[in-house]
Formats: sequence, C-alpha cells, structure tokens
Amino acid sequence: MVSGLINENPIIYPKKERRLRTDSSNTDEFTPEPIDQLEIFDHIRDIKDPEHPNTLEDLRVVTEDSVEVDDDNSYVRVTFTPTMEHCSMATIIGLCVRVKLLRSLPARYKIDIRVAPGSHATEDAVNKQLNDKERVAAALENPNLVEMVDECLLPSAE
Amino acid sequence: MKLDLVEVQKLEGHSARVWNVAWNPAAAGVLASCSADKTVRIWEQSSLSRSWSCKAVLEGTHTRTVKSCAWSPSGKLLATASFDGKTCVWENFATDSECVSVLQVHESEVKSVSWNASGSLLATCGRDKSVSIWEIQPEDECYCVAMLLGHSEDVKMVQWHPTMDLLFSCSYDNTIIKVWWCEDEYGDYDCVQTLSESNNGHSSTVWVISFNAAGDRMVTCSDDRTVKIWGTDIKRMQSGEGYVPWTHLCTLSGSHDRAIYSVHWSRDGIIASGAGDDTIQLFVDSDSDSVVEPAYKLLLKKEKAHTTDINSVQWAPDKESRLLASASDDQTVKIWKLVSEP
Repeated sequence: MVSGLINENPIIYPKKERRLRTDSSNTDEFTPEPIDQLEIFDHIRDIKDPEHPNTLEDLRVVTEDSVEVDDDNSYVRVTFTPTMEHCSMATIIGLCVRVKLLRSLPARYKIDIRVAPGSHATEDAVNKQLNDKERVAAALENPNLVEMVDECLLPSAE
Repeated sequence: MKLDLVEVQKLEGHSARVWNVAWNPAAAGVLASCSADKTVRIWEQSSLSRSWSCKAVLEGTHTRTVKSCAWSPSGKLLATASFDGKTCVWENFATDSECVSVLQVHESEVKSVSWNASGSLLATCGRDKSVSIWEIQPEDECYCVAMLLGHSEDVKMVQWHPTMDLLFSCSYDNTIIKVWWCEDEYGDYDCVQTLSESNNGHSSTVWVISFNAAGDRMVTCSDDRTVKIWGTDIKRMQSGEGYVPWTHLCTLSGSHDRAIYSVHWSRDGIIASGAGDDTIQLFVDSDSDSVVEPAYKLLLKKEKAHTTDINSVQWAPDKESRLLASASDDQTVKIWKLVSEP
C-alpha cells in the first residue's frame, strides 16, 4: 500500500472570478433556457479533488472549455485532465463528474466523460470504465465508493 | 405495405432502471423483468381485457441489482442473475414464487444467465471474467460442472445455441466472442473459437448475442454502435462433422448514435435492437440477389421509444403475435406490436 498522496504537490491555480449571468434576451418565463457550457461547468467546478482540499477548478482538472454541450441533442461531453499522468484517482474523479451531472441535468441528457487525450498513461482503459453504464452502476452500489464520491460532491463551507 | 411498431402498453412498477425482459417460452403473454430495484416482476396478460398486470414481485433474495433473467425451456423455472454474486432459480409462480436454488460461484457481479435448449444446463458469467456451467438435476439440485476461464475482462453475456450444446460468451474485452464446446464424454468444455476485431469483429464491448430460429445465424451488438451478423453451416455440425467455425457476414452501422445494449432475433426472422439513443430499430435480410454478400437492411426506426436508454428488447416466442418487449432506464417495460399499415 502506497503511503502518502499520489500527488504531493499539486499546482493550484488562481481562482477565476465568477461571471455573473447577464440578463438574457429571453423574457418568456415559460420557455426553459437552453443549458449551456457555463451552466454545466457550474455543476462540476466545485467538486473536490479526492486527495486534496482543492476543487477540480482550482487544480484545472476541469475548465469551462472542458465542457462540450449540445442542448438541442441533449448531449454533453466533459474532458478532464488528471493532475498526474499515472493518477490512480482518475476513475474516481471521472465518476464524481458523472454522478454530479446525473444528479443535476435532466434525464434526457447523454453524458460522456473522458480524460484529456495524452494526459493519462492508461487513457483508453479509464475512458472505457467511465463510459460503461453497467460498470458505473455496479460501482455506485459499492458503499465505500459512494461514500468517497459523496465526500467529493459535498459543497465546501466557503 | 408499411410496417410500424405500435406501443400496446407501458408497464410501470419498478422503482429503478429495468435491465432485462424475458418472455416465458411456454406460457403465452407471461413475461419477467428485472431491475436495479433488486426485484424481478412477473407480468401476465389477462385473457379478458388482453392487458398486462403485475402478478408477482420476486424480492428479498437478491440484495443488489438484478441484471438478467431467463426462463427454462419448460417455462416452469426462472433464473435470475444479480450484482450480489448470486444466481437464483425460482418456481411456483402461480401460487407463491419460491427461490429453490441459489448458485454462488462468481466472485463479483453476475451479468447474465442462460438455459440450454433442453433445460439440463445453466450458464452464468460475470465481472470475474469467468463463465460457469451448472447441471440441473431432479429436485432442482444444481451442480457446477465447469468454470471456463478465457476472457481477459468482464463477461457481459452468455447464450446457449438454440439447437446444440454450444455456449457463446461475449465480453468487455474489446470484442471477444468465445464459443465453448464439450466434444468428449468427460464433460470438458474447450474454447473452440474466438471472434475478435481481427475476424471482422467488434471494436468495443460486445453486449448481446442472439440466434435465429434455425441456429445458423447469430447477431451481436456492441458499444461500437454496430450490429454484426455471423453465420455457419450448422447442418454440418449437427450431422456430427465436428466444429464448424462461424464467420462474419455483415455489419450494420450508422443507424444507432449510442451504444447498442440489446439485439434479439425473432422466430420469423426480424432483428430488433435497442440502444442508448432511445431508439428501437428493426432489421431484416434484404433478399438481395447477391449470393456472395448476405445483406441486411433497416426495416424501421422507432425514435424516442422510451424517454431514455433501452437496455433490453425481446420478441415474444410465438410467431403470430409479433409482440416485442423493451426495458429501459426510464424504469418501465413497454409492449409493442409490429403492425402493417394499410
């Protein structure tokens, strides 16, 4: 068993100022606003890294541009960059992103999660696990894993 | 003559995604569905109203998601496979469904269960990469007669051939479909063929294998968004010639946008597929004049068949009813009828 953290010294990026949403041109209160990149990023930016007291945004694991969304076709793809090439937390991070989006987005959404190409040693294996619906479902029946994920998804007291 | 898949009824009751449906091969209008809610539901069609209602809920035995269910050929027994590692055999549905056997051999989630044509053997497979074969004795005693190791990853489904005791398994491990056969009287199963990407196989996880009625064609579906048709000269094998390999005949691609989770070949030759793109699609032999290249074509595409992913499709076993059942992440089972529009 490896003692200590996988990544002892992660790079923590300066916090980006949050953009306020400006009044949109849509004044009809009955028409739902299309879901956009920023809205989805808002759902995942504060997910805590499993190993450090920092968010995925702080560590640039996810950025606004890592979210690709097509609301008309109810599709989103999040590409995340683990802090290290051999990061064994990559599947946990991916699972956290998926769970957060499953809980936050309408049921019509199709969600793909992947690691940024070239950013991880076992990229294909990680991507495959993260996108196998049956494997994800079985993993989320593991109480230890669920506890870990819920910890990462807990809002921090800021 | 235009065909349409018409929704006959939506069966609600499960409280989580429904993974699998199975029609009873002997009792008309009876089907089983299994779910992430840890239960199995038995639905029956009323002879008066012709509509389906839930006749039994099998619960309390599985402690996790029930992934797969399969009726014995006699229709008297139902086998259920669960993420809890157990495979259960149930009977006595009319009165009070009873779990008569619990088969425990897999080290982790069991993904699929399949009965052979005579009902004497049961196969299971799971995330532990193994396939197990059980003999069903009188008094419902089950004995594990083989543990087959050969897949290098999670085995998603096992399916016995409709006429011969040939077992097929498919896996998470990029493509591999394996064929297992016991040629001698000692009961040793060997892997006699592996169909991988290099044999024109799939390029990602293979979810399901289904055979046509004659048993000389098989259809598979995959995470790679394609459906593949395979064939063999089964008559040669049935006449005792030894193993006759399967070859790739045709690949159907471009019509599904997401992983295809299920395919099923009806007794009258129609292939149904259900996928993560919320559609059910039907394919048939295109009767092309080409003798060399068998070809299949898309017969019909049902968009938004469910509000989300379809996990399982299965045709009713009789030829006349043209009924199709589907199970979905939307927690419902739907019954469809294939009709010709004037």
